[in-house]
Amino acid sequence: MNWVQIQPALPEIVLACAAMALLMLGVFRGERSARLVSWLGVIVLAAVAILVASVTPTSGRLLLFADMFAVSLYGAFVKILVLGASALGLVMAIGYNQREGIARFEFPVLIITATLGMMMMISANDLIALYVGLELQSLSLYVVASFRRDSIKSTEAGLKYFVLGALASGMLLYGASLVYGFAGSTNFAQLASVLTAKDAGNAGVIVGLVFLMVGLAFKISAFPFHMWTPDVYEGAPTPVTAFFSAAPKLAAMGLFVSVLVGPFGKLVGQWQQVLVLISIGSMALGAFAAISQSNIKRLLAYSSIGHVGYALIGLAAGTEAGYRGVLIYMAIYVAMTLGAFAVVLCMRRGGQMVETIPDLAGLSKTRPGMALVLLIMMFSMAGIPPFAGFWGKLYVFMAAIDAKLYTLAILGVLTSVVAAYYYIRIVKIMYFDEPADAFDRMPDRELGLIQAAAAAFTLLFFLFPGPLVRAAEQAVKSLAG
Amino acid sequence: MWEIGLGHYLTVAAILFTIGIFGIFLNRKNVIVILMSVELMLLAVNINLVAFSWALKDLVGQIFTMFVLTVAAAEAAIGLAILVVYFRNRGSIAVEDINVMKG
Repeated sequence: MNWVQIQPALPEIVLACAAMALLMLGVFRGERSARLVSWLGVIVLAAVAILVASVTPTSGRLLLFADMFAVSLYGAFVKILVLGASALGLVMAIGYNQREGIARFEFPVLIITATLGMMMMISANDLIALYVGLELQSLSLYVVASFRRDSIKSTEAGLKYFVLGALASGMLLYGASLVYGFAGSTNFAQLASVLTAKDAGNAGVIVGLVFLMVGLAFKISAFPFHMWTPDVYEGAPTPVTAFFSAAPKLAAMGLFVSVLVGPFGKLVGQWQQVLVLISIGSMALGAFAAISQSNIKRLLAYSSIGHVGYALIGLAAGTEAGYRGVLIYMAIYVAMTLGAFAVVLCMRRGGQMVETIPDLAGLSKTRPGMALVLLIMMFSMAGIPPFAGFWGKLYVFMAAIDAKLYTLAILGVLTSVVAAYYYIRIVKIMYFDEPADAFDRMPDRELGLIQAAAAAFTLLFFLFPGPLVRAAEQAVKSLAG
Repeated sequence: MWEIGLGHYLTVAAILFTIGIFGIFLNRKNVIVILMSVELMLLAVNINLVAFSWALKDLVGQIFTMFVLTVAAAEAAIGLAILVVYFRNRGSIAVEDINVMKG
């Protein structure tokens, strides 16, 4: 294998080498190198994103490593978003970790290995590669969740995430074994050619597909496999929660789309019904369970379950417009969730993090800028025009209506009305309640920048939707062939 | 006499897998038992893969098994490490004590 052949995998190779190099740097320089390693990690993630853009072919798919690894525009689109989300998650964590006394150089290394796992699974073109990538991501995330190891909440979050994540991996693997046995291959291209519509009656393949979908639904925290989400979001350190809600979810959703559309594309009639149920359940749960929450991280957890439900509408539609909708929705969702968590990270009083919703009371008087950012995020998540969240929802609902999934679209609109209640309640608490004590000074300049950038994107998306929509369209085109 | 075929292996694997899942959900005593159940699930998958590999006369299944075994070892190591830090904070690894966060 010569250099030209492995060149499309350069981003992953660079990231893997960088993770090991940063680990060595941390080991040799000791504990005080956490800040340096973190910033180097951010630079590496950004550089790899540029590398991804430069090695991807403008059309078609490149296969390498015995067809186990596919490089396409679709992969590049998801990978660049994932790398961006990881880099921002890491930036948000640097100051927080230092203040809370958990600044260790392992943190950025674990974030990078998790990101590497995500990139591997997005590029996977074989069930083995998929599994290995997914586990590299998950194993890193279990450790990151329990990173504050002297806190009972954080370690409990890690333990719960580990047990349920391992269960999900087991399910996914059992599904993979059945698919391998009954279809005779683990390669996505061969599976796609073997599995035609008349295989719809092959019970072994269908059961395997359902198990695979269960495993993937766990990873994107869709109903009914969401139960770990609120606990992990609440217990994990806040920047870790911000990271969890963005990058891994995006990567798992990207994987979900590419697995269902690639090898199982002809069985769309089988998986569509399952997805409709998962999607309706997630939207309903996200809307109703969040109402009674008083912890903002828990509320955002339920909100993220709801958002996954909306994104799945596009996948359930089973059309190119639908897949494009999923990509646009997830890109907008990542911006919204990172912006919201950048505000949550500023909720400190007397040097302590606070995280209940009443703590936000009267924020518009004490910190008008932050209140405005959170207002934009909440309106956008509720789907109120002209904020970006509305357009994300519009793309998936339109796809559902074109695919004649009227029930799904109508239920989506209804649940988003219910969800608007708790989003707007936060706005009401910030703007009309008696002010609570003011928060501490903005801890890091970076958080302010992320808030401003996320707010600007969400607010101005409707003026310039073209680049994102066109990129998503090109990405989806490369998905099929 | 009876011939042992693919169906028998798949049945054993399915039974082991089910025991593994039930072990996770019905067990109220100890988290270590959950780790064992996870291991049981993965081994059931391995039996499946090897049986299919033999039936299909295709080596990929056995290669997959090697990867699963390797990852399972890493997973057990990380699981036990998390369990140790949890025990240091809580002083217990009973499943019913894992209840700081609810709702």
